[in-house]
Order: sequence, then C-alpha cells, then structure tokens
Amino acid sequence: MEIPENVKKRLSLPAEEHFYAGHTACQGCGAALGLRYVLKAYGRKTIFTIPACCSTIIAGAWPYNTLDANLFHTAFETTGAVLGGIEAALKARGIKVKGEDGVMVVGWAGDGGTADIGLQALSGFLERGHDALYIMYDNEAYMNTGIQRSSSTPFGAWTTNTPGGKKHFLEKRHKKKVIDIVIAHEIPYAATASVAYPEDFIRKLKKAQKTPGPSFIQLFAPCPTGWRSPTDKSIELARLAVQTAYFPLFEYENGKYKINMPSTKKEPKPIEEFLKLQGRFKYMTKEDIEVLQQWVNREWEKLKKLAEVFG
Amino acid sequence: MEYKPIRKVVSGNYAAAYAAKHARVQVVAAYPITPQTSIIEKIAEFIANGEADIQYVPVESEHSAMAACIGASAAGARAFTATSAQGLALMHEMLHWASGARLPVVMVDVNRAMAPPWSVWDDQTDSLAQRDTGWLQFYAENNQEVYDGVLMAFKVAETVNVPAMVIESAFILSHTYDVVEMIPQELVDEFLPPREPLYDLANFEKPFSVGALGTPADYYEFRYKLAKAHEEAKKVIKEVGKEFGERFGRDYSQMIETYRTDDADFVFMGMGSLMGTVKQAVDVLREEGYKVGAAKVRWFRPFPKEELYELAKNVDGIAVLDRNFSFGQEGILFNEAKGALYNTGAKPLMKNYIVGLGGRDFTVNDVRKIAENMKAIIEKGELDVEVDWYHLKR
Ligand SMILES: Cc1ncc(C[n+]2csc(CCOP(=O)(O)OP(=O)(O)O)c2C)c(N)n1
Ligand code: SF4
Repeated sequence: MEIPENVKKRLSLPAEEHFYAGHTACQGCGAALGLRYVLKAYGRKTIFTIPACCSTIIAGAWPYNTLDANLFHTAFETTGAVLGGIEAALKARGIKVKGEDGVMVVGWAGDGGTADIGLQALSGFLERGHDALYIMYDNEAYMNTGIQRSSSTPFGAWTTNTPGGKKHFLEKRHKKKVIDIVIAHEIPYAATASVAYPEDFIRKLKKAQKTPGPSFIQLFAPCPTGWRSPTDKSIELARLAVQTAYFPLFEYENGKYKINMPSTKKEPKPIEEFLKLQGRFKYMTKEDIEVLQQWVNREWEKLKKLAEVFG
Repeated sequence: MEYKPIRKVVSGNYAAAYAAKHARVQVVAAYPITPQTSIIEKIAEFIANGEADIQYVPVESEHSAMAACIGASAAGARAFTATSAQGLALMHEMLHWASGARLPVVMVDVNRAMAPPWSVWDDQTDSLAQRDTGWLQFYAENNQEVYDGVLMAFKVAETVNVPAMVIESAFILSHTYDVVEMIPQELVDEFLPPREPLYDLANFEKPFSVGALGTPADYYEFRYKLAKAHEEAKKVIKEVGKEFGERFGRDYSQMIETYRTDDADFVFMGMGSLMGTVKQAVDVLREEGYKVGAAKVRWFRPFPKEELYELAKNVDGIAVLDRNFSFGQEGILFNEAKGALYNTGAKPLMKNYIVGLGGRDFTVNDVRKIAENMKAIIEKGELDVEVDWYHLKR
C-alpha cells in the first residue's frame, strides 16, 4: 500500500516494510517486532545470519523467508563466527560493508545463543574487530525449546527447568550482564534497546551502521508465551522494564557511556510494577522481590556512576 | 603455456599451504593444533609477504573456524581451513552444516590419533569418524598428493557443491620434507577458474534464505539431492583426475589406484601414507615370488564401489589394512569394503589387519608378515581370525 506523502511526513519510523505479514511468531512477540524494526532501518541490502532460536521459526520454514533480505540460518553457537566469515568473504570480493551504502551484515541471536552457548564465538567476533552488527534479542530464556532458563534469566523467574514449586524456586542467580562482557572487549559501539522505544532502537541501528568495526545491541524483547503475560502487554512490559531501571537504555561509544532513559531525572518505578503483569514471578514473596529490587538498584547506581565518570 | 613444474622440497603441510595459495583461496579461517599448525602459519606468511591476497580470520576455536568458512563460502568466497583430531571432532556439527548448505569448503585434515591417551601421531579414526557428514574425502599418500589433492578437491567440490576433505598423515607427511612438483600459477588458474557459487548472499535482487527449517514434507528430498551429488562426484572425480593427468602428467582418474594387481593372487588395500610402504613391499615381495599387488583407496567418500568390484573379482584375497578402528566392530575400510561387495559376485577372502594406530611404525617387513599369513589362509581357504590386531605386544 502506498503511504500518502502527508502521512509519511509525520512518521517517526521509516515507512518501508521489509518484514512480511504471515510470519509464525506468537501474538505479542517482541522478537518479531524487533526484526521488523531492524529491517526498517536497513532494508534489503542486509545479510542476516540467525542461529537456532525462535527466530528460526519466525523467519519461516523452507521455502519461505519472512524477511525481505538474504538470510543464512546457522547453528546455535556460531553467530559470531559466521558473521566474521561473511564479512571476510565480502571484503575478499571487494564488496563494501557497513556505512550508508555498504552491505549490513547482521547477526540476530537470542539470549541463549548469545549469553550461553554462543558466548565464545561472540567474544571472538568482538575481539577480532569485524565490520558487522550482532543483535542479541533478550527474551530471558530459551523459548524455542520450551522456556528453559538461560544465564540472562532474572532472579526468581519461573522457567520449565527452574520452576517455582511449593517449597522452592530454583532460579537463584541474577541476570548475567552480557552487555558488560561485550563492553569489556572495548568495541567501538554497544547499546541496549527496547522494542517499546523503536525510535531509539532505530537511531542505534543507524549508529551501528555508521560506526566501523563490530557493534552490539542487546534488545529487550518480551515473550508473552514464556513470561506468562497477556499478549497485549508486551510493549507495556518492555516500557516498564526501562522505567523501573530493570533494563536501562544506554550506549557505550568509544569508551563513553550515555544513558538514554526516557527520563533520567525521575526515580525509577518499583520493580514490582514490572513483575506483577507476568505469571513467571507470581510465587515470589515480598522478600524475594526485595532481593531483585536491591540488584536493580545496585546495577542502576553502577550505570549512573559510569555515565557520570565516563560520560 | 607449456607446463614446466616448479620443484620445491616441502613438508606435507607446506604442500597444502602452497596448494591453497595456488587455488587462490579468498578466506582462510583456522585454529592451531599440532600437527596442522604449519599449514596456517605458512598461509599467514604468504599474506604477510604480500604473496597472497587472502582474508585470514584467526578464530577462537575449530568450531568457529568451520562456521566462519561456512559464512564465507555462503557469501561467495573460496574458503579453506585445516585441522586435526580433536579440532576436527569439535567441528563435527558444522561439517554437516557445510554439506547440508551445499558449500564447497575445502579442508585439510592431518590424521592424528584421538585422546586419551594424548597422541599427536598418525591414525585415521578422526577423519573416518566424519564419514557420514556428507563430505568428500581424499586420502593422500605423499606430499605430492597433498598438493594435487587440494587443487582437485576444490574443482570437484565446486562442481558438485559438496565440501571436501584432503587427508594427510601426522608427521609422516605433515612434517616430512619431500620434492613436490608445483604448478605455475597461470596453469592452476586455467585448471581451476574462479568459483561460481550456487547461491550468493551478496545478491540482493531477490531475497532468499538458506538452511531454514525443512519440514517432513521436504527434508527427505534435500538428503536425496546430497546423495545424488555424491554419485555425481564419482563421475566428476574421474574426469577431473583425468584432466589433471593430461595437463600435469599425474593421472588421478582412478578412485582406487591399483599397483601390480593385474595378475595378483591377493592384494593389500589401504589408504594414505601407509600405502607408500605397501607399494615398496609389493616390489620386494614380487622379487621373492609372491604374486601380490596394492590397491590404494584414494577417495573414501564417495566410496568407489564399482572400482572395488573390478579389483575384487580377479583376486583370491584382500588384506585390508586399517589405521583406524570402529569399536564394537572392525576396521572402517574393511567394514566398508566387505559391505560394498556383498551383493556382487566377487567374494575374495578378506581379512582385516589393524595396523599403525597412534603412529605405531609400519614397515616393509610388516607387509611381508601379512603376506605370509594371507598366503596361508588362502591356501587353506578359510580365515584364522577376521580382525587381526597385528602389532599387539603378545
Ligand atoms: C548445539 C545445540 N544445542 C541445543 C540446541 C537446541 N536449541 C535450539 S534453540 C534453543 C534455545 C534458544 O534460546 P535463545 O537463544 O534464548 O532464543 P529464543 O528461542 O528464546 O528466541 C536450544 C537450546 C541446538 N539447536 N543446538
Ligand atoms: S515463544 Fe516468545 S519469543 Fe518465541 S515466538 Fe513466541 S512470543 Fe516470540
């Protein structure tokens, strides 16, 4: 459908769609939205690689491809390595990568494929300095295999292999700070983003496109199926994650930190507001919630300090 | 241009590196492991000296080495890597990915025994354990065959869109120097023109995806097509081997190289560097009155069933020498060869000798002892044992 010029002018996101309707994500899937925004930012001149994860299914079974871009499906733990291979091949063939007119080489992997099994390849990718972008969409568990924990699963969250029972809940570890591990590689550009703030996300995608070298974006992408949340609450949840400072938005650029919260002035909302919309936290006691709140507070203070000192 | 070989004294590993360079590989991704390392070091040296224009990706593991080669090959480049033993085992998952996605990556595997106990010496179990990954497998007898094998592997792999492994033995070839006749670059270029990929991720005209979920409605056909590609590879291997012979004087049109088998009563069959010793032993044994020959299986995948039958129908016995073992069964080549002949009329006596595991020395004298044993069992018309752990300290 042609979008009228006057409407186009008012759009804050690119009007073009390169993500086809009829994909097979669940209703309210944050990952599917994320893919749509990436394609809006980069369009067709993109080579994606996607490892085993929900997005394998979202992108379509053979012979379908819901992305209007080239896609190489790869093995679970190889996103970083395949990105490196594709980039090397393009360079060997004299094809321009990154920049306004170059090819965008994009890895799109879940938190499991990034924080756990793919961490080694991710580290190799970052450290070698390939001109490509790695996006970790974070739905905080292995959704594709039926909602098992990943190291990005937060304290207290129910998953099928860390269930909450009558006596105990099994997820006692806090969410792994993958972005901190990434930043430790001193790459030129790393950022967090959320599907609730698409303009911010697209701005970050554009920045990744312009910045030579490896870039990394950790995208917060709610999963109603795995989070036991209503399908129409995904955006609200993604927003609350930011507003509670549970998942703060920030950028790391050549050694500098910058917080991009909608309002850095306001006090973050209590974490409970984020938790109460989801079934996965429902058996948590007040004390459990306090443990999580303390973690959020501590991490948020840390980030603010970083932004203050290295801003 | 007339072919005048360039003679260089090189190790098997350097032969591999020169071949990769002459094949004009565009991307090399690799991870060090003894005794493969000097292949990659040599290639890095070529790059550093400006002798080769290669994108070199020094990855953090073999798994990633193969993944990066796969990414590179999918994006249209000619990709190469090399590894050995534990490294190859770590790549296993990705070997399926390369063949399934129909990417003609070429890899040199330096045959090395699997741990524990740690061993860096020759043994074929590492590569043979990759039998069912859909890769073509070429076993080199000497450094010359390493060099020639890499060049031919690229041509065959890129014709049928199936990845290929060139296999050389640890230290016996990898680190042993020998004269290798190399081919001037222009002539290699004529033999092996730039790759024309089956698909190209850098073509944005009509977006497509590779490696997606294959439902039960389609998966089966993907496998059939790969099986067909291996059948097609047999034809291509012979053609390419013949062309190689016509251009450069070394004929590789046989997938099983036969040596003095025409009037042989029985033959020794095996793969790789072992067969150099065997051929030498055949000459000695012929002097001593044995009517014996050697059959060197060059290409283990695809398996040269037809050539094996042609050989087997004319001999009374085959001594299969396996520098490998499939636990709970027998030597892998023995197993394959027996299986291949079952439905044919050819029924020579076949005995399996497990030799040289973990680099145990294997000499002309060993071949003589095997010949004596083979002669005895053929005369008797029955086997003593089917699988003989030949070197066992009894
Ligand atoms: C080597 C290997 N181990 C396990 C699997 C099974 N597997 C497929 S997807 C997946 C979980 C993916 O989780 P994540 O990366 O978080 O993405 P999500 O499914 O949540 O989108 C697992 C365990 C696999 N494909 N490969
Ligand atoms: S399970 Fe979750 S991440 Fe996967 S498709 Fe459904 S909503 Fe999206």
